[in-house]
Amino acid sequence: METINLTCIGCPMGCPLTVTMENGEVKDVTGNTCKRGDDYARKEVTNPTRIVTSTVICEGGKIDAVSVKTKSDIPKGKIFDVCSALKGVSVPAPVKIGDVIIKDVAGTGVDIIATKQVDKA
Amino acid sequence: MKAYDVIIIGGGPAGLAAAASARRNGVESILILERDRELGGILNQCIHNGFGLHTFKEELTGPEYARRFIDQVEELGIEYKLNTMVMDISADKVITAMNREEGMFELQAKAVILAMGCRERSKGALNIPGYRPAGIYSAGTAQRLVNIEGFMPGREVVILGSGDIGLIMARRMTFEGAKVKVVAELMPYSGGLKRNIVQCLNDYDIPLKLSHTVVDIKGKERVEGITIAEVGPDRRPIPGTEEYYPCDTLLLSCGLIPENDISRGAGIEMSPITSGAVVNESLETNIEGVFACGNVLHVHDLVDFVSEEAAMAGKSAADYVQGKINRDTKTPDVKIVATDGVRYTVPSVINVDRMDGDSIVRFRVGDVYKNHYVSVYLNDERVLHRKKQVMAPGEMENVVLKKDQLAAVDGLNTITVKLEEA
Amino acid sequence: MYDVVIIGAGVSGSAIARELSRYQVNACVVEKAEDVCCGTSKANSAIVHAGFDAENGSLMADLNVKGNLMMEDLSKELDFSFRKNGSLVICLHEEDRPNLEALYERGVKNGVKELKILEHDEVLALEPNVTDDVVAALYAPTGGIVCPFELNIAMAENAATNGVEFRFNTEVRNIVKKDGSFELVTNNGTIATKCVVNAAGVYSDVFHNMMSSKKIHITPRRGDYCLLDKTTGDFVDKTIFQLPGKYGKGVLVSPTIHGNTIVGPTAIDIENKEGTNTTQEGIDELINKAGSTVKGLPIRQVITSFAGLRAHEDNHEFVIGEVDEAPGFFDAAGIESPGLTSSPAIGVLVAGMLKDKLNLQEDPNFVGTRKGVTHLNSCTKEERDALIKENPAYGSIVCRCEMITEGEILDAIHRPLGATTLDGIKRRTRAGMGRCQAGFCSPRQIEILARELGVDQSEIRKSGRDSKFIVGTPKDRL
Repeated sequence: METINLTCIGCPMGCPLTVTMENGEVKDVTGNTCKRGDDYARKEVTNPTRIVTSTVICEGGKIDAVSVKTKSDIPKGKIFDVCSALKGVSVPAPVKIGDVIIKDVAGTGVDIIATKQVDKA
Repeated sequence: MKAYDVIIIGGGPAGLAAAASARRNGVESILILERDRELGGILNQCIHNGFGLHTFKEELTGPEYARRFIDQVEELGIEYKLNTMVMDISADKVITAMNREEGMFELQAKAVILAMGCRERSKGALNIPGYRPAGIYSAGTAQRLVNIEGFMPGREVVILGSGDIGLIMARRMTFEGAKVKVVAELMPYSGGLKRNIVQCLNDYDIPLKLSHTVVDIKGKERVEGITIAEVGPDRRPIPGTEEYYPCDTLLLSCGLIPENDISRGAGIEMSPITSGAVVNESLETNIEGVFACGNVLHVHDLVDFVSEEAAMAGKSAADYVQGKINRDTKTPDVKIVATDGVRYTVPSVINVDRMDGDSIVRFRVGDVYKNHYVSVYLNDERVLHRKKQVMAPGEMENVVLKKDQLAAVDGLNTITVKLEEA
Repeated sequence: MYDVVIIGAGVSGSAIARELSRYQVNACVVEKAEDVCCGTSKANSAIVHAGFDAENGSLMADLNVKGNLMMEDLSKELDFSFRKNGSLVICLHEEDRPNLEALYERGVKNGVKELKILEHDEVLALEPNVTDDVVAALYAPTGGIVCPFELNIAMAENAATNGVEFRFNTEVRNIVKKDGSFELVTNNGTIATKCVVNAAGVYSDVFHNMMSSKKIHITPRRGDYCLLDKTTGDFVDKTIFQLPGKYGKGVLVSPTIHGNTIVGPTAIDIENKEGTNTTQEGIDELINKAGSTVKGLPIRQVITSFAGLRAHEDNHEFVIGEVDEAPGFFDAAGIESPGLTSSPAIGVLVAGMLKDKLNLQEDPNFVGTRKGVTHLNSCTKEERDALIKENPAYGSIVCRCEMITEGEILDAIHRPLGATTLDGIKRRTRAGMGRCQAGFCSPRQIEILARELGVDQSEIRKSGRDSKFIVGTPKDRL
């Protein structure tokens, strides 16, 4: 039986969570105040994931950079692969929130989408 | 001189929400004055997640959250000027502003909403000894350079201050290929959200040194290294505990200060504790028809509460313009006393007759408190006694004062918000 | 071959260059930094001393009083900020009164006008924030405050406009005495000249000693300062001094010409001629000492601290004049306090020496006036509107703490000896000197400067070759 203490990062509350595991399987989660906390705890101890936020170059827009994110979470171990995949990427204005910038980034199956609207200059 | 019913200074989250609220509450003539080249304020450079959980039940990045409100402002057809700097507000609500196209001009407002946000404490204000090289940035300036201008301000970074901006920039710089060597925090606890310690420091094995501060800066032209040392309970460095980190960049995340330079000029009464205006239940300052909301009133941690507060200010401004604010109150202005662990409250004054329903009173505690009670007293009677497992200075709290409960107290002259151990 | 090469573009070198430019002369100022006013001239108390402190009969006393008298007119000719606010030297103990009176006598002998000894009540009536422990004070109405950057820059610009060449990033490594001339070996080639002026600040002993067997020795004497927010601007109106001691004038509290309060300096002798770093001990010392002459010093309103190095010569006296063993080599060395005040007089003195040496003729085309960067804050509404109509850049505020517009920054970049760094812009316009210390305006300044100089933003520096702000682009190392 193994006990792991975590801080939930699901929302700004940061509830302290306790996960009990046995043979690599999650037996119990306590400390969460919502379902997302429970989901997070289970994932974090078996297959931790993160959402990656970053920027890429925007060309011909009112501003030079457009903020982006992974549309959903990706394996924690692939964070830097995702960052590297964004290197040198540039997207022409206009950009709308939700526009797909890169499909299936770094083999994660998750798209990179724009999180900022950039109008043409 | 052109006149508007409501002029809002600042087109960030506070200004946008206040504008939308004022319009929805019936004001047609509204103008937002924004100094940057786009609306959205600081959210434009806050490209990370964590915004909107309360407001939209979704987790959004800063620009996405801002866009929700920019869309509202545009859909409502609210007028705004960009690249326009407000230089002065007079006591009779004349706003002096300046931009390239119109030069310097004056506008007469019936109501003014202060939504200017805040600035960061500088290295100079911290009085850190050493050289004054390039490579010292406040975390927000570095954030602007990376996220908006598209530049790397440094490669090997030491961060002073574990407030959220410092933590977020630790991760941001790491994502862009820099090495963040250490985050030093003066206090024995971090000022930022716990989630940010996990996903910005722990995830990248960036050490956090509590009760530490920067004692020397090496490098005459560009930062060459930073010395940090442990501090004692008096927050002064302990000799012999110095550690030197070679690096080329020092980021400072040592506090935010509401930007009230122009408010002071108008004679608006300031709170020495928040550095923001003193306001009543309508978020009105000591000058009738001048309201404040968002970070310029007091520094918030969650933008959702900024939007909520700003909506209140927008409504109050609308009520004022429509002559709906009750000045003929039978009840007196009652001071809210913040004491025993509670550093301040916003609002700090309540008039029961003027309350438009219940009042949200926001406050911050001055230290980390575990298993304490938040208590509210109306005169000598305790009406609220709520236990909270943890309260920290970095997390804004609130209590709700119910109008009918306050009205029921005969001769209400003091409201106290305090922490109690039992 | 030049007629004159001046080493150093601080206040001394610039003053000499300006006075020299009245004549028909082929002159050049060489400066190792990228701009004028990068050494002691940019980090001092900014006080125009009345002149009671220097020893009777000394060159310091003579040039101090002369410089003080010249400052008002010069500030109008060259358009820099100056105000005669007056000084008070505070005496805290009755037993020190003889020292106060001696200072008074010394001042009178030096030719300082209007000096007066005030008693306790009179002092407090004049300056309510002086300590209640004050016994008496020396009041010198002729003391003033100046903008040291504007003073230095104005004199240099005027010299340049009148034909003096300025070579920056040029460091003199060696001086070779020839027959009737000199060769200055620099990092940018060799420069031949008939005469040399050594105005090299803390390095002036290095150059003097190359030419003379009568060695001089300069100790860099560091002064730490704290600058307080403009909200403290009314704390004192006069410059408040302590009774001077062994190491100089002591810690002062003064308004600055821009409306801040300045506190300092310490007087810490060091060896490193580049040691302009403040120390915790220095800052603590100056805060401690300043507290002795005033009550309720608003030190929590500090917006920045800095340090400057005085070029203290062992004999505590200016070394000005031709070196016997090297005719044509003129010193303006050991210019510690009251160097800033004396600089206009130093300029006249040394230019006079060169005029005689080289038999220079007056230049009928000399223009002795200069217009500084227009400060919008001091314009009337009509002036402002006209300016913005002509150039919309004056309608765009870049530094919000000091309300400095893009127009002023462009002026600072494009004028003679224009700014090429952010510190250069700062000293010419005040952009970045406010309470947020360039936190808000530096990205925009970097953008503007890069655009105007036609370089990439990554080339823009704070001050000094290695002081780039931007190291690359995001992800470039991934």
